[in-house]
Amino acid sequence: MAISEAVKTVNLKINGMDVTVPAGSTILEAARSIGLEIPTLCYLKEINEIGACRICVVEVKGARSLVTACVFPVAEGMEVFTNTEKVRRSRKLTLELILSTHDKNCLSCVRSGTCELQQLCKEFGVDDPDYYKGENIRYEFDDSMAHMVRDNNKCILCRRCVAACDNQCISVIGANARGFDTHISSPFDRDLDSVSCISCGQCIVNCPTGAIVEKDETAKVIAAINDPSKFVVVHTAPSIRVTLGEAFGMKIGTNVQGKMVAALRRLGFNKVFDTDFGADLTIMEEANELVERVKNGGVLPMITSCSPGWVKYCEHYYPDLLPHLSSCKSPQQMQGAVLKSWYAQKMGIDPKDMFVVGIMPCTAKKFENKRDHQHAVDGLPDVDVSLTTRELARMIESAGIFFRDLPDEDYDNPLGEATGAAVIFGATGGVMEAALRTAVETITGEQLPNVDFTQVRGTEGVKEAEYEVGGLQVKVAVASGTKNAKILMDKVRAGEGGYTFIEIMGCPGGCVNGGGQPIQHAVVRNFHDLRTLRAQTLYEADRSLPLRKSHESPAIKMIYSEFLGQPGSHKAHELLHTEYTPRPKYN
Amino acid sequence: MVKKVSKLPFRGTPDQAAQLEAVIAEHKSDPSQLMAVMQKAQAIYGYLPYEVQVMIADGMEIPLEKVYGVSTFYAQFALSPAGKYAISVCLGTACYVRGAQAVFDHLQELLGIGPGECTEDGLFSLEACRCIGACGLAPVMMINSEVYGNLTPEKLEGILAKYRD
Repeated sequence: MAISEAVKTVNLKINGMDVTVPAGSTILEAARSIGLEIPTLCYLKEINEIGACRICVVEVKGARSLVTACVFPVAEGMEVFTNTEKVRRSRKLTLELILSTHDKNCLSCVRSGTCELQQLCKEFGVDDPDYYKGENIRYEFDDSMAHMVRDNNKCILCRRCVAACDNQCISVIGANARGFDTHISSPFDRDLDSVSCISCGQCIVNCPTGAIVEKDETAKVIAAINDPSKFVVVHTAPSIRVTLGEAFGMKIGTNVQGKMVAALRRLGFNKVFDTDFGADLTIMEEANELVERVKNGGVLPMITSCSPGWVKYCEHYYPDLLPHLSSCKSPQQMQGAVLKSWYAQKMGIDPKDMFVVGIMPCTAKKFENKRDHQHAVDGLPDVDVSLTTRELARMIESAGIFFRDLPDEDYDNPLGEATGAAVIFGATGGVMEAALRTAVETITGEQLPNVDFTQVRGTEGVKEAEYEVGGLQVKVAVASGTKNAKILMDKVRAGEGGYTFIEIMGCPGGCVNGGGQPIQHAVVRNFHDLRTLRAQTLYEADRSLPLRKSHESPAIKMIYSEFLGQPGSHKAHELLHTEYTPRPKYN
Repeated sequence: MVKKVSKLPFRGTPDQAAQLEAVIAEHKSDPSQLMAVMQKAQAIYGYLPYEVQVMIADGMEIPLEKVYGVSTFYAQFALSPAGKYAISVCLGTACYVRGAQAVFDHLQELLGIGPGECTEDGLFSLEACRCIGACGLAPVMMINSEVYGNLTPEKLEGILAKYRD
């Protein structure tokens, strides 16, 4: 029975063409299989299949009314028409009705050009956006969080943000009230900063319009660049090189490291560095901390702390397990701390005059900058401003830089030098693999014959592996997305699993799918695995680098010999380690 | 209409909490019983303030937002307590054409609260209702089960005074 069901197919006709698809497929999927794109707005594969927006309606012969292709299953002999006059009229009407309550300041909206509603209006020839103009509720902005702004005046109630938040097991937003008054907000309509939002930004990348956007901090960066008294240093996170190109229409997964460096120089930054240096440094400290914990009976499993969304999640939802978190700062913060100490000293710059900008795949980084214990040098913030990939793309665009035509340039040294271990930080499992490369060699004192720990790669939500290291059985686990983190954390809380080391990233798939990455329309997200396409370019970069272990980086050797001493030294602790704060679930 | 969330301090008793905990314990394993639990919670407390919704959310292991979403969707759930004296002003057709809106507006002024709210001393709450079947006396209002007819804004102060003593 099970076997025959697995191979069962259904034959139907779409726009007169014969189509054969597996039973249980939707009309949307069947159409896709013959290269027909049915437009959608509310549909997010697997996480928001609610058939609510009715943009995807199609005609089915014999059906009483139009049906929603995104959820309607195919049946044997079905005849579907996806582009009739009736269908097009219905979709246009739906768009006109959505526009009747939509704040249409499209000229300067940050989502102009990436707005799914705007694109559909163009495609369906909506020539009078005020056709159904009527009563409107004016919503106040919610800009209470460090990382984002919600403007419900642009919300179309597709509930994609709610689904993204539920998919993270956070669920601090939802549809409240009823009918015309329905709006997306937090419990008791409190500001987002008074609920346990983790700042991951998954709601932002899944919003079809400009209703949720990152808090734009480009003006602060431009002001610093234009201030002659400031020495402005920028560093770019591992994943940015494989995503920034998308903002300029390039193929998903294109490595644009060289062009990115060139663009940053043309924007006027004094030095362009690679956060990969900070990632290598993180590995040195984190591998050392792990070895110390194992040797000295410290709290195990130790859990990574690179992802500020994950850290905030742990503080809100598992405050009792905070001792499991590595005390290491994230690569961004380590990079900032050594820039304002070691590098400033080397260059003879007063750290007060140094302005550090991180280009991050992440909205939670904006929150991380404002955390306590992230001000290692004279009370100055380790990083002054974190910009998302999207904000950087806007800066490049508005400066008139032809990104695609730029030459490839190299990072500045020494904080632009890094290993393959650091590059893969951008993908889920990457930190684990990088840490294993260093920890195993530290413990055994022998060269690894093969540095590829392939069991911890891939986009699966939870991964486990067991390795024998110097006679010790080490069990590791990797989770990405806080829904999967929850699975591991419940095990840890129950004392199960027997893990030694766990890597957790707040966003599903890790930083390559971070909340600060370029917008891809849902029609792309639904049918292309962004996480894999972006991550495989990182693994390619790792393979192509001569050095693939953090402890072999000459820049890392230099900073320890010149400045830090040993991993875990007093100085390293002052600069590179941090503390965590239990936070309430409700406040 | 968006429901008003009461700003009155929560005055739940340990006895009420124990009752709610018993209700939650009974339905804990079944998230589809959320509405039933909310109905019982409202029967215990008279309304569903923040503190009660948090107890339900934690007890049922359902996100608070889901509880709040349900409480704002269904008309049966109140986010503001009923006063000791619950005033309902009929805004049905007959009352409306006989000037019920002016009565309703003046009551809001006198009490200093809007529809769906309760006075700070917990004495009066105010809401609009549809026809109560006393059109011959329009405009009418009820205070608990007492009906007042042929109202004018001028008569209201005297009526309220009776309840204030």
